[in-house]
Amino acid sequence: MAGAAWLVVAFPLLGALILLVGGKRTNAWGHLLGCATIAASFVYGLILFFSTTGQEEAARTSEVSLFSWIPVDQLQVDFGLRIDPLSITFLLLITGVGFLIHVYSIGYMAHEPGENDRRRFFGYFNLFVAAMLILVLGNGFVTLYLGWEGVGLASYLLIGWYTDRPSAATAAKKAFLMNRVGDVGLAIAIFIMFKVVGSTQYTAVFDGVANGAFSSGELVALTLLLLLGACGKSGQFPLQAWLPDAMEGPTPVSALIHAATMVTAGVYLIARSNPIYTASPDGRLVVVIIGAVTLVIGCVIGCAYDDIKKVLAYSTVSQIGYMILAVGLGPFGYALGIMHLLTHGFFKAGLFLGAGSVMHAMNDEVDMRKYGGLARIMPVTFVTFGLGYLALIGVPPFSGFFSKDAIIEAALGQDETWRAWVFGGAALLGAALTAFYMTRLVLMTFFGEKRWKDIKSSDGREFHPHESPSVMTIPMIVLAVGSVGAGAFFAIGDTFTEWLAPTVGVLEESHHHVIPHAVVPWLTVGLSLLGVLLAWLFVGRKRVPLSKPEPVPFPVRAARADLYGNHFNELLIARPGTWLTRALVYIDNKWVDGLVNGTAALLGGSSGRLRRAQTGFVRSYALSMLGGSILLIAALLAVRFA
Amino acid sequence: MLATVLTAQPVPPADKLSAPAIDYGAIMPVLIVLGAACVGVLVEAFLPKHQRWPVQVVLSLATLAGAGIAMAVYLGDESTPKNGVITLAGTLAVDRPALFLWGTLLVLTLGALLLIADRSVEPGGAFVAEAAIRPGTIQDRAQVAGTGMQTEVFPLTLFALGGMMVFTSANDLLTMFIALEVLSLPLYLMCGLARRRRLLSQEAAVKYFLLGAFASAFFLYGLALLYGYAGSVKLADISNAAAGTDRSDALLFGGLGLLVVGLLFKASVGPFHTWTPDVYQGAPTPITAFMAACTKVAAFGGMLRVLQVGFESTSWEWRGVLWGVAIVSMVIGAVLGLTQTDVKRMIAYSSIAHAGFLLIGSIALTDQGLSGTLFYLLTYGFTTLAAFGVISLVRNADGEATHLSQWAGLAKRSPVTAAVFTFILLALAGIPLTSGFVGKFVIFSAALQDGMAPLVVIALIASAVAAFFYLRVIVLMYFSEPAADGPSVTVPGAFTTASITLGVIATLVLGVLPAFALDWAGSGTFAFQ
Amino acid sequence: MVSTLWSNAVALAQQPPSPVQPIQPPSGPSELGSYLPIVILFVLAAAFAIFSVLLGPMVGPQRKNRAKTEAYECGIEPSPQPVIGGGRVPVAYYLTAMLFILFDIEMVFLYPFAVSADALGLFGLVEIFLFIATVGFAYAYVWRRGGLDWN
Repeated sequence: MAGAAWLVVAFPLLGALILLVGGKRTNAWGHLLGCATIAASFVYGLILFFSTTGQEEAARTSEVSLFSWIPVDQLQVDFGLRIDPLSITFLLLITGVGFLIHVYSIGYMAHEPGENDRRRFFGYFNLFVAAMLILVLGNGFVTLYLGWEGVGLASYLLIGWYTDRPSAATAAKKAFLMNRVGDVGLAIAIFIMFKVVGSTQYTAVFDGVANGAFSSGELVALTLLLLLGACGKSGQFPLQAWLPDAMEGPTPVSALIHAATMVTAGVYLIARSNPIYTASPDGRLVVVIIGAVTLVIGCVIGCAYDDIKKVLAYSTVSQIGYMILAVGLGPFGYALGIMHLLTHGFFKAGLFLGAGSVMHAMNDEVDMRKYGGLARIMPVTFVTFGLGYLALIGVPPFSGFFSKDAIIEAALGQDETWRAWVFGGAALLGAALTAFYMTRLVLMTFFGEKRWKDIKSSDGREFHPHESPSVMTIPMIVLAVGSVGAGAFFAIGDTFTEWLAPTVGVLEESHHHVIPHAVVPWLTVGLSLLGVLLAWLFVGRKRVPLSKPEPVPFPVRAARADLYGNHFNELLIARPGTWLTRALVYIDNKWVDGLVNGTAALLGGSSGRLRRAQTGFVRSYALSMLGGSILLIAALLAVRFA
Repeated sequence: MLATVLTAQPVPPADKLSAPAIDYGAIMPVLIVLGAACVGVLVEAFLPKHQRWPVQVVLSLATLAGAGIAMAVYLGDESTPKNGVITLAGTLAVDRPALFLWGTLLVLTLGALLLIADRSVEPGGAFVAEAAIRPGTIQDRAQVAGTGMQTEVFPLTLFALGGMMVFTSANDLLTMFIALEVLSLPLYLMCGLARRRRLLSQEAAVKYFLLGAFASAFFLYGLALLYGYAGSVKLADISNAAAGTDRSDALLFGGLGLLVVGLLFKASVGPFHTWTPDVYQGAPTPITAFMAACTKVAAFGGMLRVLQVGFESTSWEWRGVLWGVAIVSMVIGAVLGLTQTDVKRMIAYSSIAHAGFLLIGSIALTDQGLSGTLFYLLTYGFTTLAAFGVISLVRNADGEATHLSQWAGLAKRSPVTAAVFTFILLALAGIPLTSGFVGKFVIFSAALQDGMAPLVVIALIASAVAAFFYLRVIVLMYFSEPAADGPSVTVPGAFTTASITLGVIATLVLGVLPAFALDWAGSGTFAFQ
Repeated sequence: MVSTLWSNAVALAQQPPSPVQPIQPPSGPSELGSYLPIVILFVLAAAFAIFSVLLGPMVGPQRKNRAKTEAYECGIEPSPQPVIGGGRVPVAYYLTAMLFILFDIEMVFLYPFAVSADALGLFGLVEIFLFIATVGFAYAYVWRRGGLDWN
């Protein structure tokens, strides 16, 4: 069965090709083709899944070599696929959730201005799915890098979808550039692997780790560089600032790419590289720190925003922080991180689709202060959104409870007591904050008075909210079912962790508990309920003002300013770059030319007369060549005789 | 002509002259190109004006095809030695790298020649009707509107191509110098032949000529010092002398430094790059394409041979210095590219950054470094050819609209052109699925293998910075409102379409399935004697 | 430029063949010393030129008249005026100069060929005719395109 697995990638790739090259001719049926290709891949994924589940552990992994991709001397990169439980899990998540969001987009994108826009949108969407599948199915780091850059490209195109908005262009550029910062880390990590073991295929690299081919320093470098890549793609601290801005894209894009799939690629990368991380406890500690910092940052900022999509975006940042924290725990957490990734894929996609449905009803308004009392008007959206909300804040027996609670338990179960307290505490704090901001969101959107009655939207229309068409609500219902049941399905009886064991190893259980084992779930749920209560006290009881209250104390101001994440990047990266550019331009304009002119004025008595000679600036060019030559020869002689 | 000249050169150690052995099969492509260039001169001399263009186009295309076939026949011959042959009294080495570079030059020249021959984008072609007319006069305005062109560009292109081919296979420095002049002089001339913006074009030609002569003097002086050191101008003799004697290294390294400056100038490596932006901007765009693609191939081909054959034994001394040069070039190209407002100048700075990357490959003295650099030259040539092809299409009433502000919102006017240019820019930035990615990948991994990790880190940072200014153009094309009186995109004729298609398809194919070209690039090393 | 370079190069190559290595210094950094005679020659030549120029005004009588201050001092008014006087040199002069280079190169090669014509035999004869033919192409171009019309 695995032999023809390339079809999984080929279907969406072909779809993208037909839709993007075919042009207007495919307008009429383009969206249907887009959905069909994903459905085909999903069906094939299911076949792969069922043909491997029954088999024993070793037989669940197979490699398919397709062709020799880059053969140069010692560098031999084969293009091949690796079919194992981890990649099949992702395959099903990407195509399954992807298919639902494709269907939803048929309704959401129906009213796009421009006659061929919906078709092009589906083309990009298919392109994204194909690239994401290459990322997770590849059998080596270079193949992964190909998919990695491919999803980056699709993400760039889709964030900048609304080409008439300057903010969309800025956001797309920002996402792309911040991702490049991470990509440099990933690329250097790949180079190190090639230098040490002479190959970039997973099997060869992991064998190298097992054989001790890497020194401990190289291992730490690898873990940190891979983590840098993961931080870029997954919006982790300090590269988190692009993800909320990415919400400039259409909502289905936010649901599929920036919530359910692409942003989890960092978690995939670390889980896939588990032999490297298992071998380097120091590297894992950094991963855990990054995860914990990010999850708290995400929650805090999420409490301050009024933009429904940005709240969900920071929620995504913080939930991925949980996953990164989990995979940073090593053998105690790889499977847990992936499990949370799966449940999160369901409920976060559902929440985004619900938000999209609300925006659809509210003339694309995103400010929750203008919502209110929508529960009655949009019952299906309310119920599905509500189920996703319960799953996210971890109310039993919804899916988020099982996956998040497991991570919190693992974080509290670390051997060193200070780590258990610090990181377990951060995870618990995150749970309470999550409950707070999500409750605030639900209260402001679905309950309270109908604040939109007396105002108009920014384009001057009145608000007439209505329930979305069934092509949008059905995917939401399916995802809601997933949000309810997926956690129990995966967690009870450890079905999922055992299924993943061939790839990420058997899940280890800690026997060291700073808080008694049985108390943790109660504590988690209790803290969540505290968050809900606080949200009701602060938001639900009161009247929500239409504009943001000002002035506010410093913590709120800081949270509204993304905890100064952008300032941080500006200060650390953008400004030095600008200065360097300016300095070089200045040197080129002033010093080189100035030096020449000054010398000429000194020698010839008058630079003005020389300028009239109209020799252009060849003289300064020649002088710079001469200077370069003298330096070069002096350096050569210095190296030889020094 | 050149071949004839070279045979007259005596073999130094022999006390009596004798006719050298010549492997005509091996050098047939060069003979065909240079012979056809001479025929082109006669065509100019004897045919009436209106017949020259079609005859020259057919002649030039047939020449490239003939040279390609001659090369294929030579390669396909069972008796062709795998390690290459050294012929014409040791002046030319026809080995695998030389043949790869010849093939690259022939196919890139084909692309450039198609751009040169095009008369539909600019009525009458991109070249001036009478180069001697003074700019700004009534006659000048008349020639802009007319349809004539100086068809001498065709033989000049072939002469330059012949010079480049000899340059990449020259096995002694004197031959290399002659080849350098043969390839440079036609380029100086062609730079000044733009139909529009005559002053800018002539300024470019004069600048290029003056600085080129300056650089040639460096090369020649270096050659003289090396002759003084080794008593021979042959690369192999210099290598032997450096490895096995105790003569003064001041001559050796002084000579090497001066020689390398001459080569770095041609390859537009910073800080010897200063001519590049001005000349790229002023020259007629088809000639810019020819220079950017082919001169770079020739210059780096020559540099690879000089460094690997002549100076490998002293690499410890010079490599660190060339590290510095590569860094300077990458930084200058990437950083100054950020502030450019003219598309042609931007691509010029991009080529300076790329020259830095290529230099990294050239100083990785391994087989992988050699094959990686050869492959990179091939891919970069195609991409830059297509880039200038697209640039020649975006025009307004005054000719090409190269200011970046005029490219704003281009995607709305001409989605296909914008998409093609986007693809080219992504290839220059080195995004996967384009040849630029594979090229960078093989060069950087070769450099890592040869212990140049810090240099690779700087190169990665430089390419990330450079990605910014490529992206800026993409953003401008897709996200900005088009200017009201902006340029229109000319529908290209068959020649330009063919050239752009050639470049784009090669960029894509070499990005997706590079194995074939990589195999060929890695099929052999320089012949040693 | 090319012509002079080539003539230098060929002259270099045509040196008497007896010393196989042109430079055979003992060893070490003192080998630059073999260039010393050339340097001395340069210095002497420069000194002689400067000496002559300076000596003339010093020892000779200083009786100027108009004819003596004119160029060439030979009594004929230069025509047209030189560049400094606002005059232009006809472009045909440049063409003539370049044509001269064409034949200059040809000559430069014919001499060494003539010296070793015996050794090269028929091969050399064919090659030199090919060479003359290629130079002839350039000449034909100049002729056909009006380079020789001096009116």
